[in-house]
Amino acid sequence: MNKNKPTARRGGAGKYILIAVSVLFVLVMLVFPLGAVIGNSLKNGLAYYVSAISTKYVASALRVTLIATVIAVLVNTFFGLMAAWLLTKFRFRGQGVLATAIDIPFSISPVIAGLAYIMTFGRSGWATPAVEWLNDLLGTDISLVFSVPGVVLATIFVTFPFVSRELIPVLNANGRDEEEAAALMGAGGWRIFRKITLPQIKWALLYGIILCTARALGEFGAVYAVSKTRGKTFTLPLEIDALYMSGTADSITAAFAVSSLLVIMAIILLVLRAVVEHIAGKNGKKEAQ
Amino acid sequence: MNEAVRRKSRRRSRVIPGFGLTMGVTVSMLSILILIPLCSILGKAFTLTPAEFFAVITKANVLKAFGTSLLCSFIAAAVNVVFGLILAWVLVRYTFPGRRILDGLIELPFAMPTAVAGITLSRMYSDQGIMGQFLLRFGIQGSYTRVGLTIALVFVGIPFVVRAVQPVLEGLDGQYEEAAEMLGASRVRTFFKVILPELTPALLAGFGLALARGIGEYGSVIYISGNSEKNGTQVVSYVIMQKLNAGNVDYEGAAAIALVLLVISFALLFIINLIQARAARRLG
Repeated sequence: MNKNKPTARRGGAGKYILIAVSVLFVLVMLVFPLGAVIGNSLKNGLAYYVSAISTKYVASALRVTLIATVIAVLVNTFFGLMAAWLLTKFRFRGQGVLATAIDIPFSISPVIAGLAYIMTFGRSGWATPAVEWLNDLLGTDISLVFSVPGVVLATIFVTFPFVSRELIPVLNANGRDEEEAAALMGAGGWRIFRKITLPQIKWALLYGIILCTARALGEFGAVYAVSKTRGKTFTLPLEIDALYMSGTADSITAAFAVSSLLVIMAIILLVLRAVVEHIAGKNGKKEAQ
Repeated sequence: MNEAVRRKSRRRSRVIPGFGLTMGVTVSMLSILILIPLCSILGKAFTLTPAEFFAVITKANVLKAFGTSLLCSFIAAAVNVVFGLILAWVLVRYTFPGRRILDGLIELPFAMPTAVAGITLSRMYSDQGIMGQFLLRFGIQGSYTRVGLTIALVFVGIPFVVRAVQPVLEGLDGQYEEAAEMLGASRVRTFFKVILPELTPALLAGFGLALARGIGEYGSVIYISGNSEKNGTQVVSYVIMQKLNAGNVDYEGAAAIALVLLVISFALLFIINLIQARAARRLG
């Protein structure tokens, strides 16, 4: 990666102490909890585990979770590509402000995201009359809070910058000479994107999509604010909360059983992430040679 | 498009197509999905008179919640700076079996749903849990105290510091270190005099990101904290959420507290950007 990287330095006792501290920290803080989810979920045996994850509540929650995740990933991928193109291919006034504004959801509480939509589209929200007018016009009955669309919106909010964040540094590093050359030779925007930009960013894009998916699957605070109906608008994390809060030993075990589903998905995404990073790193090295 | 054409004569020519389209899409999506909803909070909070606003945000339980959130996030971020630095150092400087797995595991708190982390940590650090019993030997209670709350925040914050420090450590020029060592500086001295100053902006940025995340955290802390006003374990997000619950809905109050939280987050975001911009200039 870097020729100055002094990896093979002589390591004294300090090296082993530091490695030991690191491994211990990761084991206690990160791996133990992972094991505890699995352990707790199987407390009542495999039969209970299976019955706990096959209730109609869980099925509904899984459906809502998948809908919200897929839509959030699609919307944010589209947005990420557009924003990354804008921020890296052009210079304009207010560029820095725009870049910072896009990152806002990353650093504010998810509870605020949910609250923001309630204030906008809730019963006393200022945009509610407009939504009702649209509903009348289209003959629909869509509500934007305390409903599945509300859950989708809240999920989009919290994962909004995930794709653009990954694309922007890669595009900045690559510069825009190739795109400019192509444009001067008469290629259209779409063609430039497909033939030049996309091959450069494909791994970063995939990486961003994986991170976005992971966060969307597990979002809790934002969704909790705008979703109140178990079995209808609950996502898997909300179903876990409902089971855990009912407080009986059995329901807590059931909460961990449902949690294990999300943990399995998270581990799959982590492995995918590592694979993507590995392949991208290898390709990067090949190009550098 | 005409507007863009006229403007381009001022600067270098804008030959790449798509400025109008990407600008239009980016700004409208950002406004509709993020900025306008956030402004609604502002609008709602300002329906209160200044006196009412201050009455809401200076209520004893609200002030206590801000204190708890800030204090616990600060301690957790400080702990993460220490361990994050050690982890980044070990991952960048040493090769050992399992290094890649260790590196991948750092990402676990990003991937693990916060509610799952929350209920799991809450069980582990309770009086019956393994870690809880371990802590009890030292007379420390884990779950349902500020200690437990801080542990949960350490869990969610650790990747921020490691991922901020790692790239800087990788890109560090080795020659100053070598020079220092050749001149007879001990390795500890080299670390504190040569390496640490280079890493400080990254450490501060990681600290700020972990702090910002911790202050607004909800899912991973509400189970382990116990949310008791008396024990000072209610966090700000919990107080806001309480005001949204059916039965005692108080949207204005929620908006007022959220506004203060937003201002704190924006201030942090601003400081982090400043630190990173300054560091980029120094390296650049």
